Amino acid sequence: MTDKILLSVEDLVLHFRTSKGDVRAVDGVNFRLGRDEAVVVLGESGCGKTSLAKAILRLLPKNVSTYSGRVYLNGEDVMQLSDEQYRRQVRWLRMSMVPQAAMNSLNPVMKVGDQVAEPCIIHNGLNKEQALAQASKMFQHVGVPLDFLHRYAFELSGGMRQRVAIAMSLVTSPDLIVLDEPTSALDVLTQANIFNVLKGIKSELGISFILITHDIATSSELANSVAVMYAGQIVETSDAHRFFHEPLHPYSQKLMASVPRLRGHQEPDFITGQPPSLLFPPTGCRFAERCTKRFDRCSQEPPITEQDGRLVKCWLYS
Amino acid sequence: MSGLRRAFKDVMQFPTAVVGLLIIFTLVLLSIYTIVTIPYSEAIRLWRGGEEVWGDNPRAVPPAWTNLFRQQKLPESVVLTDESELVGKQMTAMSDGMTDVLLEYTFDYNYDAFPRDLIVFYTAKYESLAPYVAMFWVTPDGREIRLGDFTSRPSQTYRFDQDDRLMRRLRGIQPQVALFDDPEVDGEQPLRGTYTLRVEALLFEADADLDAKFVLYGQVHGLAGTDHRRRDLSVALLWGIPLALSFGLLGALGTSILSMFIAAIGVWFGGVLDELIQRITEVNMLLPTLPILIMVGTFQSRSIWAMLGWIIALSIFGGAVKGYRAIFLQVKEAPYIEAAKAYGAGNARIITLYLIPRIIPVLIPNLVNGIPGFVFLEAALAVLGLGDPVLPTWGKLINDAHSQGALYNGQYYWILQPTVLLMLTGLAFAMVGFALDRVFNPRLREV
Repeated sequence: MTDKILLSVEDLVLHFRTSKGDVRAVDGVNFRLGRDEAVVVLGESGCGKTSLAKAILRLLPKNVSTYSGRVYLNGEDVMQLSDEQYRRQVRWLRMSMVPQAAMNSLNPVMKVGDQVAEPCIIHNGLNKEQALAQASKMFQHVGVPLDFLHRYAFELSGGMRQRVAIAMSLVTSPDLIVLDEPTSALDVLTQANIFNVLKGIKSELGISFILITHDIATSSELANSVAVMYAGQIVETSDAHRFFHEPLHPYSQKLMASVPRLRGHQEPDFITGQPPSLLFPPTGCRFAERCTKRFDRCSQEPPITEQDGRLVKCWLYS
Repeated sequence: MSGLRRAFKDVMQFPTAVVGLLIIFTLVLLSIYTIVTIPYSEAIRLWRGGEEVWGDNPRAVPPAWTNLFRQQKLPESVVLTDESELVGKQMTAMSDGMTDVLLEYTFDYNYDAFPRDLIVFYTAKYESLAPYVAMFWVTPDGREIRLGDFTSRPSQTYRFDQDDRLMRRLRGIQPQVALFDDPEVDGEQPLRGTYTLRVEALLFEADADLDAKFVLYGQVHGLAGTDHRRRDLSVALLWGIPLALSFGLLGALGTSILSMFIAAIGVWFGGVLDELIQRITEVNMLLPTLPILIMVGTFQSRSIWAMLGWIIALSIFGGAVKGYRAIFLQVKEAPYIEAAKAYGAGNARIITLYLIPRIIPVLIPNLVNGIPGFVFLEAALAVLGLGDPVLPTWGKLINDAHSQGALYNGQYYWILQPTVLLMLTGLAFAMVGFALDRVFNPRLREV
């Protein structure tokens, strides 16, 4: 069982210091990801999804106040490594990332081929030619024509830039890629193309994904499992099949109801109110304020309950 | 490379840039010519030389080409030695081991003014009996005027205007006037034509010999004129070009690149280091540069390279750091920097490959525009008397001219020549700099 687990996150906490107090962006997150699997992290904006990605990859801003928990990668607790060890041994070699607004994460004064080759030069100690060869291999995987190697980022369309960013995360052949909203700011057709690219990579290269997205419908094709985040916590983890048909947590249900359906007459629903401030999250269930099914016990912190192999953090199921 | 070529093409669209580049190109060619023909040590020797080097030049006279703009043509210098073709030397052996020497110096004189001075330098070779010398002056209209006669010492200088007997013979008129005056015309008017100086000498020993050099000091000289120490100004004007260019270029390169690195390091590492750099910059910007340089010149060294070092050291923590920092702060937050950090690029890599290339478009015009500033600063220091003690520069010419009262004496050429060169240099770099700014600075680029 354990050797099938690639990534295991336990009690991960990431708080930021601000002038108003600590922002609890990631507040005790637990989840597991198997080999060759893709987990989709869903949730509204401001729920701490990007912070979770940064916490896993240890890409921390300067104003971190608390950063704790355990991240096991292939059974090794990478939280024990020093920053320099982490940079040299883990980041990009074993876990890489396609950052949010990946389209802008290309250096405007470098040819994209050179930039995709950069991680290989830094981490694998390849010389420039070998690294470029590796980069062109990745360009083929993500479907970028090879003559683009010698172009600059501004000469590429948004979709192509996104593919280049994905190629950059693949180039050192890591076990796991964290994709932070890879399809935002792209048109629907390009989104579909990108997801096809990701599906291809997953089947060809056997790489695991953590896919952070708002695009519930498209991500359902790729996902093996789903984690729903709300106010810095994961409120539900489930296998993808059952989640998309029958979400358990009231928040997940609302979230799924907000997706427009192609068939049927169901009007898209919406959730009233806003996610709570992460500065002072409410005690008890953090969703209680907006929940249509709340009852007395919701004022106390709900436990994580197992329901047929699915985990849910709600009093309804305990 | 193709980007550079395109940038060059864009720059060439601006006529001012073409003119500026042509001027710079000419200056560079002249510098190379100067360094090849007058090596560094030779330039120093010439510029520090006294009468032994420059004795044949007239003192503080304008350049020869000024005659083009004069109705009254001023005479150029004439220097005749034994080797010249215009000099005939005949030696006739006589009885008793005596030798008769006849030296004839012939030259054309077609000017409207009189020479400054007339001198004959004799070198005689003998053991105990000195040669006897007699000199005669033959005018174009055939008059022969007897000059001095004397017994020559091994090294003897005959100055026409210090020969009292000649002065008496010429009725008290200065010889350089009387010997050239046209007797047919009232007033002082030189007679044009071919003059001859005849030297008749009698040697009393078999091995004895006599040579002489005749110098007619004109009122104009060479391409650039001379200064109060008879030095040819063209040496200083020519050597001023490579010195000014290298001083300007090194100064501008040194300050802009070093301040760029300081700004980049401060911004990238932030925190205490950035604070420290900012405070140092602010304090340094308050320090008056010129008085510090005057102190350095007075107490430490006036060498141009020491000064350059001090100037760079004083200006690297300057306004440029603030300007570059503002740009770097913006670039630092760009997503691609974060991405680079994510895939593990180290600090040095990010600074050199990611931050600094973004500032090059601003740096290049700044650098080119900064060059004249350093050229002028060097000149200003030299004018203040803090110029390099051995090297000839434009600023030192102006300083010399000022201290010798050149403008008061009407010696405009002395000040105007270095000034025009300074202005040309400044203008050329400014014109190129403006065009570069237009090409590289996206905010000025015409859509």
